[in-house]
Amino acid sequence: MLELKNIRFDVDDDAGHVDILKDVSFAIPEGKFVVITGPNGGGKSTIAKLIAGVRRPTGGKITFDGQDITDLDITQRARLGISYALQQPVRFKGIQVIDLLRIAAGRELSVAESCDYLSRVGLCARDYINREVNASLSGGELKRIEIATILARGTRLSVFDEPEAGIDLWSFQSLIRVFEEMRKSIERSSILVISHQERILEIADEIIVVADGKISRHGPKDEVLPELIGTASALSSCERLQERG
Amino acid sequence: MDTIQKRILAEVADLHAVPEGAYNIRANGVSAGRRSTANIEITSKPEGAGIDIRIRPGTKKQSVHIPVVLSESGLKETVYNDFFIGADSDVVIVAGCGIHNCGNQDSEHDGIHRFYVGENAKVKYVEKHYGEGDGTGKRILNPGTEVYMEKGSSMEMEMVQIRGVDSTERVTTAQLAEDCRLVVKERLMTHGSQSAVSVYKVELNGAGSSADVVSRSVARDDSFQKFDATIAGNAPCHGHTECDSIIMDHGRILAVPSLEANDTDAELIHEAAIGKIAGEQLVKLMTLGLTEAEAEEQIINGFLK
Repeated sequence: MLELKNIRFDVDDDAGHVDILKDVSFAIPEGKFVVITGPNGGGKSTIAKLIAGVRRPTGGKITFDGQDITDLDITQRARLGISYALQQPVRFKGIQVIDLLRIAAGRELSVAESCDYLSRVGLCARDYINREVNASLSGGELKRIEIATILARGTRLSVFDEPEAGIDLWSFQSLIRVFEEMRKSIERSSILVISHQERILEIADEIIVVADGKISRHGPKDEVLPELIGTASALSSCERLQERG
Repeated sequence: MDTIQKRILAEVADLHAVPEGAYNIRANGVSAGRRSTANIEITSKPEGAGIDIRIRPGTKKQSVHIPVVLSESGLKETVYNDFFIGADSDVVIVAGCGIHNCGNQDSEHDGIHRFYVGENAKVKYVEKHYGEGDGTGKRILNPGTEVYMEKGSSMEMEMVQIRGVDSTERVTTAQLAEDCRLVVKERLMTHGSQSAVSVYKVELNGAGSSADVVSRSVARDDSFQKFDATIAGNAPCHGHTECDSIIMDHGRILAVPSLEANDTDAELIHEAAIGKIAGEQLVKLMTLGLTEAEAEEQIINGFLK
């Protein structure tokens, strides 16, 4: 479904020339739940941005359902069937939750349909449907609304960049259930999650480990996960709390 | 009224037919229709330049529409409308002015509204400005609003100007007695080479009075906006003013906040923020399938909603 071939991404900043991704190649097959893990600063989020079109690679090629999408912009990729949930959800003054869901679905959703998407991410729809997507919402609420917009799109590929970032442990537990449900109803679509949480890695069909701008391991969960337990690539819930300090 | 006038009426007052309740429609400087009701009396001023609207004490859940339409190029008028709102009444007043100018002469409507709000009365005031027409003549609106509030009264003002007015200078003054509450919600978008100046002077004179003046605006193209709000606290009171603006293209915005506390128990707050649309907001909506231009429209529409 999605293939990255020899992807390079480098930037010139104050620190000089930095190679963020050196030579990354992998494929996401249809009907699979794939998790990319690895230490912080290894280039994981950059891969998500390159797939969504938020960043363009310095070298290499990205294909989606056989089509070269390397030079397509964000909108074109979204319309082809790629969804992208940002690590830090964005706030909008005046735009209501139902507006965002309607934009995501690309049609006039009924209130009942919108409520269904919110219920699936564990939000009581009646309380949220007319709320503004502004600073009055907590990090956990925004994150769930972000996921609801991805559900409303219902595209071939959904990319989630650290869905657990910035939420409390309580919300994290229900987030895991949301992803477990998504795994069950995956059918012909695919899901790519950037995460180093053990609980999310456990849902995966395949795990890709990215470190220092390269893929250091890629294989079925049952093979890769045991090697990662206890490292920074597979944090338990408690370690996660400690990490956040 | 002709079709242009009817369309403008729909823009400024959401009127598609004769409104319910009392109304006065002014088109090209003359009255195009008027109705008084048992509780709301509309009369012309002796000198002809405006109307008096008298609302009986205790009038509840009734409305007054007083839209103005200008479709003749080169027409300039100053109109004085006075509202006498009786004690304990609860009414909605819808004003608004639309100019269609396809000629080469400037059209200008300067409406001076004075509100005398009686004790414990409750007023909702909606004012919408709109301009259209492809002539070189400018569409100018300079509204002046004076509000005098008696004990325990409240007033909510919604001022909207989204499109087509070349030049506006709006001055709103308010004086609040004991336990009065004033809420102002301004929505403004300027484009082209338009200029819009909004001045508010609110005096909180009575104990327990409060004012909340909030402006949300978008300045596009080469337009200019100035928001100049002063709240003076002359008694134990609460005052809040906020200016939140999006700046685009070559737009310019000047926000001049000013607070004046003349009583140690006056609590006054001002907030002002000006910035362009955040890149991440555009990215988010584009990942949902919108183009950059569509994303911008959604963000602005939401912001000005």
